[in-house]
Amino acid sequence: MQSRAEQVYIATTTILAKEIVRFMRIWIQTLIPPAMTMTLYFIIFGKLIGSQIHMISGFTYMQYIVPGLVMMSIITSSYTNTSSSFFGAKFSKSIEEILVAPVPNYAILLGYVLGGTLRGIIVGLIVTLISLLFTHLHVYSITIVAVMATLSSMLFSLGGLINAIFAKKFDDVSFIPTFVLTPLTYLGGVFYSIKQLPPFWQKLSIFNPIVDIVDTFRYGILGISDINIFFGMAIVCTLFVALLVWSLFLLQKGVGLRT
Amino acid sequence: MQALSVKNLTKQYASGSVALKGIDLEVAEGDFFALLGPNGAGKSTTIGIICSLVNKTSGTVSVFGHDIDVDLDGAKSCLSIVPQEMNFNPFEKIADVLINQAGYYGIPRKIAEKRAELYLTKMGLWDKRNSAGLRLSGGMKRRLMIARALVTQPRLLILDEPTAGVDIELRHLLWKFLRELNEQGTTIILTTHYLEEAEHLCKNIAIIDQGDIIENTNMKSFISRLNIQTIILELEKPLELANNLEQFHYHMLDETTMEIKIHQSQSLNDLFIVLSQNGIKVKNLRNKTNRLEELFIDLISENNNGSE
Repeated sequence: MQSRAEQVYIATTTILAKEIVRFMRIWIQTLIPPAMTMTLYFIIFGKLIGSQIHMISGFTYMQYIVPGLVMMSIITSSYTNTSSSFFGAKFSKSIEEILVAPVPNYAILLGYVLGGTLRGIIVGLIVTLISLLFTHLHVYSITIVAVMATLSSMLFSLGGLINAIFAKKFDDVSFIPTFVLTPLTYLGGVFYSIKQLPPFWQKLSIFNPIVDIVDTFRYGILGISDINIFFGMAIVCTLFVALLVWSLFLLQKGVGLRT
Repeated sequence: MQALSVKNLTKQYASGSVALKGIDLEVAEGDFFALLGPNGAGKSTTIGIICSLVNKTSGTVSVFGHDIDVDLDGAKSCLSIVPQEMNFNPFEKIADVLINQAGYYGIPRKIAEKRAELYLTKMGLWDKRNSAGLRLSGGMKRRLMIARALVTQPRLLILDEPTAGVDIELRHLLWKFLRELNEQGTTIILTTHYLEEAEHLCKNIAIIDQGDIIENTNMKSFISRLNIQTIILELEKPLELANNLEQFHYHMLDETTMEIKIHQSQSLNDLFIVLSQNGIKVKNLRNKTNRLEELFIDLISENNNGSE
Protein backbone atom coordinates (compact mmCIF):
# COMPACT_ATOMS: atom_id res chain seq x y z
CA MET A 1 0.00 0.00 0.00
CA GLN A 2 1.45 3.35 -1.05
CA SER A 3 1.44 6.48 1.05
CA ARG A 4 -0.70 9.35 -0.21
CA ALA A 5 2.45 11.19 -1.35
CA GLU A 6 3.54 8.16 -3.39
CA GLN A 7 0.08 7.89 -4.96
CA VAL A 8 0.14 11.55 -5.95
CA TYR A 9 3.67 11.14 -7.34
CA ILE A 10 2.54 8.14 -9.45
CA ALA A 11 -0.52 10.07 -10.69
CA THR A 12 1.58 13.11 -11.63
CA THR A 13 4.21 11.09 -13.46
CA THR A 14 1.46 9.15 -15.25
CA ILE A 15 0.02 12.40 -16.63
CA LEU A 16 3.53 13.61 -17.54
CA ALA A 17 4.43 10.31 -19.23
CA LYS A 18 1.16 10.37 -21.16
CA GLU A 19 1.98 13.89 -22.34
CA ILE A 20 5.48 12.89 -23.45
CA VAL A 21 4.14 9.84 -25.31
CA ARG A 22 1.55 12.08 -26.98
CA PHE A 23 3.92 14.70 -28.36
CA MET A 24 6.57 12.15 -29.29
CA ARG A 25 3.98 9.99 -31.10
CA ILE A 26 3.05 12.94 -33.31
CA TRP A 27 6.59 14.38 -33.58
CA ILE A 28 5.97 15.33 -37.20
CA GLN A 29 3.33 17.75 -35.93
CA THR A 30 5.01 18.82 -32.70
CA LEU A 31 8.79 18.92 -33.21
CA ILE A 32 9.40 19.32 -36.94
CA PRO A 33 7.25 22.38 -37.81
CA PRO A 34 9.02 24.79 -35.40
CA ALA A 35 12.39 23.49 -36.59
CA MET A 36 11.33 24.05 -40.20
CA THR A 37 9.92 27.52 -39.56
CA MET A 38 12.98 28.67 -37.62
CA THR A 39 15.31 27.31 -40.30
CA LEU A 40 13.50 29.51 -42.82
CA TYR A 41 13.81 32.50 -40.46
CA PHE A 42 17.55 31.84 -40.15
CA ILE A 43 17.96 31.64 -43.93
CA ILE A 44 15.76 34.57 -44.89
CA PHE A 45 16.16 37.03 -42.00
CA GLY A 46 19.54 35.88 -40.73
CA LYS A 47 21.46 35.16 -43.91
CA LEU A 48 19.76 36.91 -46.81
CA ILE A 49 18.42 40.09 -45.20
CA GLY A 50 20.66 40.04 -42.12
CA SER A 51 23.84 40.18 -44.20
CA GLN A 52 22.81 43.68 -45.29
CA ILE A 53 22.08 44.90 -41.74
CA HIS A 54 24.86 46.43 -39.66
CA MET A 55 26.04 45.00 -36.34
CA ILE A 56 23.85 45.44 -33.24
CA SER A 57 25.78 45.95 -29.97
CA GLY A 58 28.74 44.14 -31.48
CA PHE A 59 26.85 41.13 -32.83
CA THR A 60 25.82 40.20 -36.36
CA TYR A 61 22.10 40.39 -37.08
CA MET A 62 22.03 36.61 -37.33
CA GLN A 63 23.53 36.28 -33.85
CA TYR A 64 21.18 38.97 -32.54
CA ILE A 65 17.97 37.24 -33.64
CA VAL A 66 18.90 33.68 -32.57
CA PRO A 67 17.95 34.07 -28.85
CA GLY A 68 14.61 35.67 -29.76
CA LEU A 69 13.78 32.95 -32.25
CA VAL A 70 14.73 30.22 -29.79
CA MET A 71 12.52 31.84 -27.15
CA MET A 72 9.71 32.31 -29.68
CA SER A 73 9.73 28.59 -30.46
CA ILE A 74 9.80 27.73 -26.73
CA ILE A 75 6.82 30.00 -26.03
CA THR A 76 4.74 28.72 -28.96
CA SER A 77 5.49 25.03 -28.37
CA SER A 78 4.81 25.14 -24.62
CA TYR A 79 1.56 27.03 -25.08
CA THR A 80 0.34 24.85 -27.92
CA ASN A 81 1.19 21.63 -26.12
CA THR A 82 -0.98 22.19 -23.07
CA SER A 83 -3.77 23.99 -24.91
CA SER A 84 -4.19 21.32 -27.58
CA SER A 85 -3.61 18.35 -25.28
CA PHE A 86 -5.92 19.53 -22.50
CA PHE A 87 -8.62 20.70 -24.88
CA GLY A 88 -8.30 17.44 -26.84
CA ALA A 89 -8.86 15.54 -23.59
CA LYS A 90 -11.91 17.71 -22.87
CA PHE A 91 -13.25 17.23 -26.40
CA SER A 92 -12.88 13.43 -26.32
CA LYS A 93 -14.08 13.45 -22.69
CA SER A 94 -10.98 11.45 -21.74
CA ILE A 95 -10.27 14.20 -19.19
CA GLU A 96 -12.97 12.44 -17.14
CA GLU A 97 -10.49 9.59 -16.59
CA ILE A 98 -8.46 12.03 -14.50
CA LEU A 99 -11.38 13.93 -12.98
CA VAL A 100 -12.99 10.82 -11.48
CA ALA A 101 -9.65 9.60 -10.09
CA PRO A 102 -8.23 10.72 -6.74
CA VAL A 103 -5.76 13.09 -8.38
CA PRO A 104 -5.35 16.45 -6.62
CA ASN A 105 -5.72 19.51 -8.83
CA TYR A 106 -2.10 20.54 -8.29
CA ALA A 107 -0.98 17.15 -9.63
CA ILE A 108 -3.14 17.56 -12.76
CA LEU A 109 -1.63 21.00 -13.23
CA LEU A 110 1.92 19.81 -12.61
CA GLY A 111 1.61 16.86 -15.00
CA TYR A 112 0.28 18.96 -17.88
CA VAL A 113 2.59 21.94 -17.28
CA LEU A 114 5.69 19.76 -17.04
CA GLY A 115 4.65 18.07 -20.28
CA GLY A 116 4.34 21.44 -22.02
CA THR A 117 7.60 22.64 -20.48
CA LEU A 118 9.47 19.59 -21.68
CA ARG A 119 8.21 20.01 -25.23
CA GLY A 120 9.15 23.71 -25.13
CA ILE A 121 12.67 22.89 -23.94
CA ILE A 122 13.15 20.12 -26.53
CA VAL A 123 11.98 22.41 -29.34
CA GLY A 124 14.25 25.18 -27.97
CA LEU A 125 17.23 22.82 -28.04
CA ILE A 126 16.43 21.70 -31.60
CA VAL A 127 16.17 25.31 -32.79
CA THR A 128 19.42 26.20 -30.97
CA LEU A 129 21.22 23.31 -32.64
CA ILE A 130 19.89 24.41 -36.06
CA SER A 131 21.06 27.99 -35.39
CA LEU A 132 24.59 26.65 -34.88
CA LEU A 133 24.58 25.62 -38.53
CA PHE A 134 24.28 29.30 -39.44
CA THR A 135 26.30 31.14 -36.81
CA HIS A 136 28.58 30.83 -33.84
CA LEU A 137 27.16 31.40 -30.37
CA HIS A 138 28.97 31.90 -27.12
CA VAL A 139 26.66 31.51 -24.11
CA TYR A 140 27.21 34.37 -21.68
CA SER A 141 25.37 32.82 -18.68
CA ILE A 142 24.09 29.27 -18.85
CA THR A 143 22.23 29.83 -15.56
CA ILE A 144 20.19 32.73 -16.89
CA VAL A 145 19.52 30.85 -20.13
CA ALA A 146 18.36 27.72 -18.26
CA VAL A 147 16.25 29.67 -15.75
CA MET A 148 14.58 31.83 -18.40
CA ALA A 149 13.95 28.93 -20.77
CA THR A 150 12.39 26.83 -18.00
CA LEU A 151 10.38 29.61 -16.37
CA SER A 152 9.08 30.96 -19.68
CA SER A 153 8.17 27.50 -20.84
CA MET A 154 6.28 26.84 -17.61
CA LEU A 155 4.58 30.23 -17.80
CA PHE A 156 3.26 29.65 -21.31
CA SER A 157 2.31 26.06 -20.55
CA LEU A 158 0.12 27.48 -17.80
CA GLY A 159 -1.28 30.01 -20.27
CA GLY A 160 -2.13 27.21 -22.69
CA LEU A 161 -3.81 25.24 -19.92
CA ILE A 162 -5.99 28.20 -18.94
CA ASN A 163 -6.90 28.76 -22.60
CA ALA A 164 -7.93 25.08 -22.87
CA ILE A 165 -9.97 25.26 -19.66
CA PHE A 166 -12.08 28.08 -21.10
CA ALA A 167 -12.16 26.77 -24.67
CA LYS A 168 -15.45 25.34 -25.89
CA LYS A 169 -14.42 24.64 -29.49
CA PHE A 170 -11.19 24.24 -31.45
CA ASP A 171 -11.39 27.85 -32.70
CA ASP A 172 -11.06 29.02 -29.09
CA VAL A 173 -7.77 27.15 -28.76
CA SER A 174 -6.22 28.84 -31.80
CA PHE A 175 -7.60 32.33 -31.08
CA ILE A 176 -5.08 33.37 -28.39
CA PRO A 177 -1.96 32.05 -30.18
CA THR A 178 -3.02 33.69 -33.46
CA PHE A 179 -4.37 37.01 -32.29
CA VAL A 180 -2.50 37.63 -29.04
CA LEU A 181 0.63 35.52 -28.67
CA THR A 182 2.01 35.83 -32.20
CA PRO A 183 1.64 39.66 -32.43
CA LEU A 184 3.12 40.11 -28.94
CA THR A 185 6.05 37.84 -29.87
CA TYR A 186 6.76 39.54 -33.20
CA LEU A 187 6.55 42.93 -31.46
CA GLY A 188 8.55 41.58 -28.53
CA GLY A 189 11.99 42.52 -29.79
CA VAL A 190 12.78 39.22 -31.47
CA PHE A 191 13.96 40.89 -34.68
CA TYR A 192 15.03 44.30 -33.37
CA SER A 193 16.28 46.17 -30.34
CA ILE A 194 13.50 48.20 -28.74
CA LYS A 195 16.03 51.07 -28.50
CA GLN A 196 15.63 51.35 -32.29
CA LEU A 197 11.92 52.14 -31.90
CA PRO A 198 10.46 55.66 -31.77
CA PRO A 199 9.86 56.82 -28.15
CA PHE A 200 6.10 56.15 -28.28
CA TRP A 201 6.55 52.52 -29.36
CA GLN A 202 9.39 52.07 -26.86
CA LYS A 203 7.02 53.12 -24.06
CA LEU A 204 4.26 50.89 -25.39
CA SER A 205 6.65 47.93 -25.48
CA ILE A 206 7.01 48.16 -21.71
CA PHE A 207 3.51 46.66 -21.44
CA ASN A 208 4.52 43.66 -23.55
CA PRO A 209 5.94 41.05 -21.16
CA ILE A 210 7.47 39.14 -24.06
CA VAL A 211 9.89 42.05 -24.55
CA ASP A 212 11.27 41.40 -21.06
CA ILE A 213 11.37 37.64 -21.56
CA VAL A 214 13.16 37.82 -24.92
CA ASP A 215 15.57 40.50 -23.75
CA THR A 216 16.52 38.65 -20.57
CA PHE A 217 17.00 35.43 -22.50
CA ARG A 218 19.13 37.29 -25.06
CA TYR A 219 21.22 38.64 -22.18
CA GLY A 220 21.84 35.05 -21.04
CA ILE A 221 23.18 34.12 -24.47
CA LEU A 222 24.83 37.29 -25.77
CA GLY A 223 25.37 39.33 -22.60
CA ILE A 224 23.56 42.39 -23.97
CA SER A 225 20.16 43.76 -23.01
CA ASP A 226 17.85 46.74 -23.48
CA ILE A 227 16.24 46.42 -20.05
CA ASN A 228 17.20 45.47 -16.53
CA ILE A 229 17.33 41.66 -16.53
CA PHE A 230 16.19 41.39 -12.92
CA PHE A 231 13.08 43.29 -13.93
CA GLY A 232 12.60 40.74 -16.74
CA MET A 233 12.94 37.83 -14.34
CA ALA A 234 10.61 39.49 -11.85
CA ILE A 235 7.98 39.91 -14.60
CA VAL A 236 8.20 36.22 -15.53
CA CYS A 237 8.04 35.13 -11.89
CA THR A 238 5.08 37.41 -11.11
CA LEU A 239 3.13 36.29 -14.16
CA PHE A 240 3.97 32.67 -13.37
CA VAL A 241 2.62 32.94 -9.82
CA ALA A 242 -0.48 34.80 -11.04
CA LEU A 243 -1.30 32.18 -13.69
CA LEU A 244 -0.52 29.35 -11.27
CA VAL A 245 -2.99 30.66 -8.70
CA TRP A 246 -5.59 31.35 -11.39
CA SER A 247 -5.33 27.93 -12.99
CA LEU A 248 -5.53 26.17 -9.61
CA PHE A 249 -8.62 28.22 -8.81
CA LEU A 250 -10.20 27.27 -12.15
CA LEU A 251 -9.48 23.57 -11.62
CA GLN A 252 -10.82 23.75 -8.08
CA LYS A 253 -14.05 25.36 -9.29
CA GLY A 254 -14.25 22.95 -12.20
CA VAL A 255 -14.67 25.79 -14.71
CA GLY A 256 -15.10 24.30 -18.17
CA LEU A 257 -14.79 20.80 -16.71
CA ARG A 258 -17.71 20.22 -14.40
CA THR A 259 -21.30 21.35 -14.96
CA MET B 1 -21.24 0.35 6.33
CA GLN B 2 -23.10 2.10 3.55
CA ALA B 3 -21.27 2.05 0.23
CA LEU B 4 -23.15 5.16 -0.78
CA SER B 5 -25.14 7.63 1.27
CA VAL B 6 -26.88 10.53 -0.46
CA LYS B 7 -28.84 13.01 1.62
CA ASN B 8 -31.09 15.81 0.41
CA LEU B 9 -29.12 16.15 -2.81
CA THR B 10 -30.18 18.98 -5.09
CA LYS B 11 -28.90 20.19 -8.40
CA GLN B 12 -29.95 23.28 -10.26
CA TYR B 13 -28.11 23.98 -13.52
CA ALA B 14 -27.03 27.45 -14.55
CA SER B 15 -29.89 27.46 -17.07
CA GLY B 16 -32.27 27.31 -14.09
CA SER B 17 -33.48 23.78 -14.72
CA VAL B 18 -33.74 21.70 -11.57
CA ALA B 19 -32.34 18.21 -12.10
CA LEU B 20 -32.52 16.92 -8.53
CA LYS B 21 -35.03 18.05 -5.91
CA GLY B 22 -33.46 16.80 -2.69
CA ILE B 23 -33.05 13.07 -3.13
CA ASP B 24 -32.03 10.57 -0.45
CA LEU B 25 -30.38 7.28 -1.38
CA GLU B 26 -28.63 4.59 0.61
CA VAL B 27 -26.75 1.71 -1.01
CA ALA B 28 -25.44 -0.96 1.32
CA GLU B 29 -22.01 -2.50 0.94
CA GLY B 30 -22.19 -5.57 -1.31
CA ASP B 31 -25.49 -4.53 -2.89
CA PHE B 32 -26.33 -4.79 -6.58
CA PHE B 33 -28.47 -1.70 -6.92
CA ALA B 34 -30.57 -0.51 -9.83
CA LEU B 35 -31.07 3.20 -10.35
CA LEU B 36 -33.80 3.49 -12.95
CA GLY B 37 -35.71 6.31 -14.50
CA PRO B 38 -36.82 7.73 -17.83
CA ASN B 39 -34.52 9.95 -19.90
CA GLY B 40 -33.84 13.26 -18.18
CA ALA B 41 -35.06 11.97 -14.80
CA GLY B 42 -31.80 12.82 -13.00
CA LYS B 43 -29.91 9.50 -13.06
CA SER B 44 -26.84 10.77 -14.87
CA THR B 45 -26.79 13.95 -12.78
CA THR B 46 -26.82 11.85 -9.61
CA ILE B 47 -24.01 9.65 -10.89
CA GLY B 48 -22.10 12.71 -12.13
CA ILE B 49 -22.23 14.25 -8.65
CA ILE B 50 -21.13 11.01 -6.97
CA CYS B 51 -18.15 10.84 -9.36
CA SER B 52 -17.48 14.59 -9.06
CA LEU B 53 -18.09 15.29 -12.73
CA VAL B 54 -21.05 17.49 -11.78
CA ASN B 55 -21.08 20.10 -9.00
CA LYS B 56 -23.98 19.67 -6.59
CA THR B 57 -26.09 22.60 -5.48
CA SER B 58 -26.69 21.28 -1.94
CA GLY B 59 -26.88 18.10 0.07
CA THR B 60 -24.30 15.52 1.08
CA VAL B 61 -22.76 12.51 -0.62
CA SER B 62 -20.60 9.93 1.16
CA VAL B 63 -18.83 6.97 -0.41
CA PHE B 64 -17.82 4.35 2.16
CA GLY B 65 -17.95 7.06 4.81
CA HIS B 66 -15.86 9.59 2.84
CA ASP B 67 -17.87 12.80 2.51
CA ILE B 68 -17.10 14.32 -0.92
CA ASP B 69 -17.03 17.80 0.63
CA VAL B 70 -14.46 16.79 3.23
CA ASP B 71 -12.46 13.97 1.68
CA LEU B 72 -13.15 13.95 -2.04
CA ASP B 73 -10.00 11.98 -2.94
CA GLY B 74 -10.87 9.38 -0.28
CA ALA B 75 -14.33 8.99 -1.83
CA LYS B 76 -12.93 8.84 -5.37
CA SER B 77 -10.38 6.19 -4.41
CA CYS B 78 -13.26 3.80 -3.54
CA LEU B 79 -15.18 4.07 -6.80
CA SER B 80 -14.96 3.60 -10.54
CA ILE B 81 -17.44 4.42 -13.24
CA VAL B 82 -18.33 2.91 -16.60
CA PRO B 83 -19.95 5.90 -18.30
CA GLN B 84 -22.68 5.88 -20.88
CA GLU B 85 -20.58 7.61 -23.55
CA MET B 86 -17.12 6.64 -24.75
CA ASN B 87 -14.61 8.73 -22.83
CA PHE B 88 -11.17 7.33 -23.53
CA ASN B 89 -8.47 8.73 -25.76
CA PRO B 90 -9.15 6.96 -29.07
CA PHE B 91 -5.50 7.28 -30.14
CA GLU B 92 -4.08 5.56 -27.06
CA LYS B 93 -3.19 1.88 -27.08
CA ILE B 94 -5.84 0.07 -25.09
CA ALA B 95 -3.31 -1.43 -22.68
CA ASP B 96 -2.16 2.13 -21.98
CA VAL B 97 -5.75 3.22 -21.32
CA LEU B 98 -5.86 0.76 -18.41
CA ILE B 99 -2.31 1.32 -17.18
CA ASN B 100 -2.79 5.10 -17.17
CA GLN B 101 -6.11 4.81 -15.34
CA ALA B 102 -4.40 2.73 -12.66
CA GLY B 103 -1.64 5.34 -12.51
CA TYR B 104 -4.16 8.13 -11.82
CA TYR B 105 -5.27 6.09 -8.80
CA GLY B 106 -1.65 5.88 -7.60
CA ILE B 107 -1.18 2.22 -8.51
CA PRO B 108 2.46 1.40 -9.40
CA ARG B 109 3.12 0.52 -13.03
CA LYS B 110 4.15 -3.11 -12.44
CA ILE B 111 0.90 -3.87 -10.62
CA ALA B 112 -1.04 -1.88 -13.21
CA GLU B 113 0.45 -3.93 -16.06
CA LYS B 114 -0.53 -7.21 -14.38
CA ARG B 115 -4.05 -5.99 -13.72
CA ALA B 116 -4.36 -4.67 -17.27
CA GLU B 117 -3.49 -8.14 -18.57
CA LEU B 118 -5.98 -9.75 -16.17
CA TYR B 119 -8.95 -7.55 -17.04
CA LEU B 120 -8.23 -7.24 -20.76
CA THR B 121 -8.11 -11.04 -20.86
CA LYS B 122 -11.37 -11.31 -18.91
CA MET B 123 -12.99 -8.91 -21.35
CA GLY B 124 -11.56 -10.74 -24.35
CA LEU B 125 -9.41 -7.81 -25.42
CA TRP B 126 -5.88 -9.00 -24.62
CA ASP B 127 -5.16 -9.74 -28.29
CA LYS B 128 -6.03 -6.12 -29.06
CA ARG B 129 -3.81 -4.63 -26.33
CA ASN B 130 -1.56 -2.81 -28.80
CA SER B 131 -4.41 -1.46 -30.94
CA ALA B 132 -5.63 2.11 -30.66
CA GLY B 133 -9.08 2.44 -29.10
CA LEU B 134 -10.52 3.90 -32.29
CA ARG B 135 -9.91 0.59 -34.07
CA LEU B 136 -12.26 -1.31 -31.74
CA SER B 137 -15.87 -2.18 -32.51
CA GLY B 138 -18.69 -0.67 -30.42
CA GLY B 139 -18.97 -3.75 -28.19
CA MET B 140 -15.21 -3.88 -27.70
CA LYS B 141 -15.14 -0.20 -26.70
CA ARG B 142 -17.82 -0.91 -24.11
CA ARG B 143 -15.78 -3.85 -22.77
CA LEU B 144 -12.68 -1.67 -22.70
CA MET B 145 -14.45 0.84 -20.47
CA ILE B 146 -15.52 -1.94 -18.12
CA ALA B 147 -11.94 -3.29 -17.98
CA ARG B 148 -10.68 0.24 -17.34
CA ALA B 149 -13.08 0.67 -14.43
CA LEU B 150 -12.01 -2.67 -12.95
CA VAL B 151 -8.27 -2.07 -13.16
CA THR B 152 -8.47 0.03 -10.00
CA GLN B 153 -10.37 -2.78 -8.24
CA PRO B 154 -13.03 -0.41 -6.87
CA ARG B 155 -15.19 -1.15 -3.86
CA LEU B 156 -18.07 0.63 -5.59
CA LEU B 157 -18.58 0.21 -9.33
CA ILE B 158 -21.06 2.47 -11.09
CA LEU B 159 -22.31 1.28 -14.46
CA ASP B 160 -24.23 3.82 -16.49
CA GLU B 161 -26.03 1.82 -19.17
CA PRO B 162 -23.13 -0.57 -19.69
CA THR B 163 -24.90 -2.80 -22.19
CA ALA B 164 -26.41 -0.11 -24.41
CA GLY B 165 -25.83 -1.11 -28.03
CA VAL B 166 -24.25 -4.41 -27.06
CA ASP B 167 -25.37 -7.66 -28.75
CA ILE B 168 -27.32 -10.23 -26.75
CA GLU B 169 -24.47 -12.73 -26.43
CA LEU B 170 -22.11 -10.15 -25.02
CA ARG B 171 -24.84 -8.77 -22.77
CA HIS B 172 -25.33 -12.18 -21.18
CA LEU B 173 -21.57 -12.59 -20.76
CA LEU B 174 -21.40 -9.21 -19.04
CA TRP B 175 -24.30 -10.14 -16.76
CA LYS B 176 -22.48 -13.29 -15.70
CA PHE B 177 -19.30 -11.37 -15.11
CA LEU B 178 -21.01 -8.61 -13.12
CA ARG B 179 -22.85 -11.11 -10.96
CA GLU B 180 -19.55 -12.84 -10.15
CA LEU B 181 -17.96 -9.51 -9.37
CA ASN B 182 -20.80 -8.66 -7.00
CA GLU B 183 -20.52 -12.05 -5.32
CA GLN B 184 -16.84 -11.31 -4.71
CA GLY B 185 -17.88 -8.24 -2.72
CA THR B 186 -17.94 -5.33 -5.16
CA THR B 187 -20.92 -3.06 -4.63
CA ILE B 188 -22.52 -2.26 -7.97
CA ILE B 189 -24.89 0.52 -8.97
CA LEU B 190 -26.47 -0.02 -12.36
CA THR B 191 -28.51 2.29 -14.52
CA THR B 192 -30.09 0.76 -17.58
CA HIS B 193 -32.98 1.09 -19.95
CA TYR B 194 -33.14 -2.71 -20.25
CA LEU B 195 -35.43 -3.36 -17.28
CA GLU B 196 -35.05 -7.07 -17.79
CA GLU B 197 -31.35 -6.52 -17.01
CA ALA B 198 -32.14 -4.73 -13.75
CA GLU B 199 -34.64 -7.41 -12.73
CA HIS B 200 -32.16 -10.13 -13.59
CA LEU B 201 -29.19 -8.66 -11.72
CA CYS B 202 -30.23 -6.28 -8.98
CA LYS B 203 -31.22 -6.87 -5.37
CA ASN B 204 -32.52 -3.38 -4.66
CA ILE B 205 -34.01 -0.68 -6.80
CA ALA B 206 -34.63 3.04 -6.81
CA ILE B 207 -36.71 4.79 -9.43
CA ILE B 208 -36.06 8.43 -10.10
CA ASP B 209 -38.39 10.67 -12.03
CA GLN B 210 -38.40 14.43 -12.52
CA GLY B 211 -35.60 14.80 -9.99
CA ASP B 212 -37.32 12.86 -7.21
CA ILE B 213 -36.90 9.31 -5.95
CA ILE B 214 -40.40 7.89 -6.36
CA GLU B 215 -39.58 4.34 -5.32
CA ASN B 216 -36.75 2.81 -3.31
CA THR B 217 -37.17 -0.78 -2.28
CA ASN B 218 -36.17 -4.41 -2.56
CA MET B 219 -36.48 -5.83 -6.08
CA LYS B 220 -38.49 -8.89 -5.02
CA SER B 221 -41.04 -6.94 -3.02
CA PHE B 222 -41.31 -4.43 -5.85
CA ILE B 223 -41.97 -7.14 -8.41
CA SER B 224 -44.50 -8.80 -6.11
CA ARG B 225 -46.61 -5.68 -6.36
CA LEU B 226 -47.44 -6.51 -9.92
CA ASN B 227 -51.17 -7.34 -9.80
CA ILE B 228 -51.69 -8.19 -13.41
CA GLN B 229 -49.43 -9.90 -15.90
CA THR B 230 -50.10 -9.70 -19.59
CA ILE B 231 -49.33 -12.82 -21.56
CA ILE B 232 -49.37 -13.46 -25.28
CA LEU B 233 -50.49 -16.92 -26.39
CA GLU B 234 -50.04 -18.30 -29.88
CA LEU B 235 -52.77 -20.85 -30.56
CA GLU B 236 -52.59 -23.79 -32.88
CA LYS B 237 -55.94 -23.01 -34.54
CA PRO B 238 -58.15 -19.90 -34.74
CA LEU B 239 -60.24 -19.51 -31.60
CA GLU B 240 -63.93 -20.26 -31.92
CA LEU B 241 -66.22 -20.48 -28.91
CA ALA B 242 -64.63 -20.93 -25.50
CA ASN B 243 -66.40 -21.48 -22.19
CA ASN B 244 -65.22 -19.95 -18.91
CA LEU B 245 -62.48 -18.00 -20.66
CA GLU B 246 -64.24 -14.70 -19.88
CA GLN B 247 -62.94 -14.86 -16.29
CA PHE B 248 -59.63 -13.82 -17.83
CA HIS B 249 -59.51 -10.47 -19.62
CA TYR B 250 -58.46 -11.35 -23.13
CA HIS B 251 -58.67 -10.15 -26.68
CA MET B 252 -57.47 -11.54 -29.96
CA LEU B 253 -54.63 -9.72 -31.69
CA ASP B 254 -55.25 -11.82 -34.81
CA GLU B 255 -56.96 -15.14 -35.52
CA THR B 256 -54.45 -17.20 -33.54
CA THR B 257 -52.77 -14.69 -31.22
CA MET B 258 -54.40 -13.99 -27.89
CA GLU B 259 -53.43 -11.27 -25.38
CA ILE B 260 -54.59 -12.25 -21.93
CA LYS B 261 -54.38 -10.56 -18.53
CA ILE B 262 -53.89 -12.73 -15.46
CA HIS B 263 -54.64 -11.26 -12.06
CA GLN B 264 -52.37 -12.01 -9.08
CA SER B 265 -55.25 -14.11 -7.59
CA GLN B 266 -55.26 -16.30 -10.69
CA SER B 267 -52.61 -18.75 -11.74
CA LEU B 268 -51.31 -19.92 -15.09
CA ASN B 269 -52.61 -23.36 -14.13
CA ASP B 270 -56.18 -21.98 -13.97
CA LEU B 271 -55.74 -20.56 -17.45
CA PHE B 272 -54.36 -23.79 -18.93
CA ILE B 273 -57.15 -25.86 -17.35
CA VAL B 274 -59.76 -23.67 -19.06
CA LEU B 275 -57.88 -23.77 -22.36
CA SER B 276 -57.59 -27.54 -22.13
CA GLN B 277 -61.28 -27.93 -21.32
CA ASN B 278 -62.04 -26.02 -24.51
CA GLY B 279 -59.63 -28.13 -26.54
CA ILE B 280 -57.42 -25.15 -27.28
CA LYS B 281 -53.79 -26.01 -27.88
CA VAL B 282 -51.11 -23.42 -27.22
CA LYS B 283 -48.08 -23.37 -29.51
CA ASN B 284 -46.19 -20.67 -27.72
CA LEU B 285 -46.41 -18.39 -24.69
CA ARG B 286 -44.57 -15.23 -23.75
CA ASN B 287 -44.86 -12.20 -21.48
CA LYS B 288 -46.07 -9.13 -23.32
CA THR B 289 -43.55 -7.02 -21.42
CA ASN B 290 -41.03 -7.64 -18.72
CA ARG B 291 -42.63 -7.60 -15.24
CA LEU B 292 -40.43 -4.77 -14.03
CA GLU B 293 -41.19 -2.86 -17.18
CA GLU B 294 -44.94 -3.02 -16.48
CA LEU B 295 -44.45 -1.72 -12.94
CA PHE B 296 -42.00 0.91 -14.11
CA ILE B 297 -44.39 2.25 -16.76
CA ASP B 298 -47.29 2.30 -14.28
CA LEU B 299 -45.25 4.12 -11.68
CA ILE B 300 -43.93 6.74 -14.07
CA SER B 301 -47.43 7.28 -15.50
CA GLU B 302 -48.87 7.70 -11.99
CA ASN B 303 -46.09 10.14 -11.12
CA ASN B 304 -46.68 12.13 -14.30
CA ASN B 305 -50.42 12.24 -13.69
CA GLY B 306 -49.85 13.30 -10.10
CA SER B 307 -47.56 16.14 -11.07
CA GLU B 308 -49.91 17.53 -13.74
